[in-house]
Amino acid sequence: MKKIRPFIEQVGWPRVIIAVFLLSLFLAAPFVRVRIDTSISDTLVRFGMNGVMVLAMVPMIQAGCGLNFGLPLGIIAGLVGAVTSIEIGVTGLIGVLTAMAIAVPVATLLGFGYGVLLNKVKGGEMMIATYVGFSSVAFMCIMWLMLPYKSPNMVWGYAGAGLRTTISVEGYWDRAISNVASFNIGKFFYCPTGMFIFFALMCFLIWVFMHTKTGTAMTTVGSNPEYARSAGVDVDRMRIISVILSTVLGAIGIIVYEQSFGFIQLYMGPFYMAFPAVAAILIGGASVHKASILNVVIGTFLFQGILTMTPSVINSLIETDMSEVIRIIVSNGMILYALTRVVKVRS
Amino acid sequence: MSRKLLTKDNIQHFGISNAVPIIFILLSSFAIPVSRFSGEYLVQEMLVRLSRDSFLVLSLLIPIMAGMGLNFGMVLGAMAGEIGLILITDWNVMGIQGMALAMIISTPLAILLGWMCGAILNRAKGREMVTSFILGFFMNGVYQLVVLYGFGKVVPVRNPQLLLSRGFGIRNVTNLEGIRKCLDNLIPLSIGGISVPVATFVVIALFCIFVMWFKNTKLGQDMRAVGQDMDVARSAGIEVERTRIISIVISTVLACYGQIIFLQNIGTMNTYNSHEQAGMFAIAALLVGGASVAKATIPNVFVGVVLFHLMFVVSPMAGKYLIGQAQLGEYFRVFVSYGIIAIALALHAWKRFKDRERARRALRGNA
Repeated sequence: MKKIRPFIEQVGWPRVIIAVFLLSLFLAAPFVRVRIDTSISDTLVRFGMNGVMVLAMVPMIQAGCGLNFGLPLGIIAGLVGAVTSIEIGVTGLIGVLTAMAIAVPVATLLGFGYGVLLNKVKGGEMMIATYVGFSSVAFMCIMWLMLPYKSPNMVWGYAGAGLRTTISVEGYWDRAISNVASFNIGKFFYCPTGMFIFFALMCFLIWVFMHTKTGTAMTTVGSNPEYARSAGVDVDRMRIISVILSTVLGAIGIIVYEQSFGFIQLYMGPFYMAFPAVAAILIGGASVHKASILNVVIGTFLFQGILTMTPSVINSLIETDMSEVIRIIVSNGMILYALTRVVKVRS
Repeated sequence: MSRKLLTKDNIQHFGISNAVPIIFILLSSFAIPVSRFSGEYLVQEMLVRLSRDSFLVLSLLIPIMAGMGLNFGMVLGAMAGEIGLILITDWNVMGIQGMALAMIISTPLAILLGWMCGAILNRAKGREMVTSFILGFFMNGVYQLVVLYGFGKVVPVRNPQLLLSRGFGIRNVTNLEGIRKCLDNLIPLSIGGISVPVATFVVIALFCIFVMWFKNTKLGQDMRAVGQDMDVARSAGIEVERTRIISIVISTVLACYGQIIFLQNIGTMNTYNSHEQAGMFAIAALLVGGASVAKATIPNVFVGVVLFHLMFVVSPMAGKYLIGQAQLGEYFRVFVSYGIIAIALALHAWKRFKDRERARRALRGNA
């Protein structure tokens, strides 16, 4: 007992509770006739789908810009890339890479503007980021209607203009990354190896970046801006770099998500996408000021695991669909916990 | 030279302070002629919307006074009000009595929620807004849990028309026919074909008087002191935490009444969405009126409600006539409501920075 307590305190109560909850869901699954291999497979797929978007939180948190509630901005860049690649008509792995190649410069541009804005509002980043995300999504709603895309697979049939709310990527790059070296075990278990390789690659790149001179300077800015300035680090520049990096990762993340999901969701689709990503990294043990790659991996797995397991297990257990409510309470509860905890540590 | 610089500086200062209302006035003066609405129609619409929304917006004033920023947690109050409304609809209590009963039922709930919100915000000083914002989402989950699963199971509901076909949980739309416009039509008055909801305006006026009176009470002064500087207030013997909680409780209770007034005008309630919209629109309206995160006055409220809703009414039609798509105007409206909050928050943070610079320059003199 004496050993358990410090361990729990080190890991953090919410994370322990959520892990235990997830474990019990997996244990309960066979008893309510939910196939365990399907569940694990689904969890893995969703883990791969969301991983990069959660990773997009890391640079901004490390540079002291807070939780990136402005993730929709990056997502929009990704959507522009995805839609344009379909318009051009490239397919397969090349198609996904084209989408990313288009998305990255767009995200860099948007991220730069976003970074400049956040530098002007130091201290109030999170609230403004949220509304930058919201308003950019609403702005793009107008754009999706107006932009001159022509591909008949994407525009409304009767008007011949304006993009549809959901666009299928089937026939273009459906599961193009996921299916690289993927394999099935039995009928129900599917492992999207390619997506894991890609996610691992992204994590590795960020890890390497964080250990370069620029990356270290960025972390310094996050943990102590005054010290960083006196050490000759350009604080504003570091923050802008971190915001650009987060935005670019968000853009890549949504493309990975879409190629696995099979659909591009436009209009109000990306509106609330920042919240699951924020909740995931916090569940992984990150705080508002500190986040690591390990937090991303653990958090995404726990959060997506719960999202996958609750509908199937809880529904067969009590025969009511409560998954949506559980999702709202868990994810927002987690963000709330992180926001209130930080101050306690500080003071 | 220095004189000229000073005036330019002053203009800039004025521009920054009032940027949001100025943008809005320009936008509306452009959009109104395009939308081809008659003046009479617009006046009627604005009167209705003023009576409907002012109370909700006014409920935001007191936490701003206490330096806690925009109280996104007002949705908690709105939820409490909605629970009261569901109950009176079930009990079939109609008219003004029904409304009063709904207020009586939801008051303790709102106090409880407000106290909880205040206690949580005390643990997140300096980031109240984002915390109360997330708290709104969180409590929305709890609200759904209660209303979608608890009502009909734990809380007895007799009226089967309120419930989902499975036997528990409230339907997506709750019909409030029993109390529809009961306050608005209490004192009927019509001027030149434009009907004026006198009783609602009386309630709003009473509330404005309350706010003005409250500012000068001991508690109101304490709140302003806390809003200025928490440490100074604490050393002056003010219980900072308690004062902050009280300000949130008052705001939550008032938001609860505001939501009830709002819904009696509409007459139907989106059981699971009404409160979210209430928060978003109220905050956007207040900011449009020229309020900032740190300072909001009663005129801000009314100017804001009129300007914001003018945009709201006009933009879909303007979009339709201008580009031929009403949908576009609709999206534009959504964009404006979120964009305005983003701009106002950013301007406020920027202004704080500029003000500090001004203060520094004033100390240094115009060398």
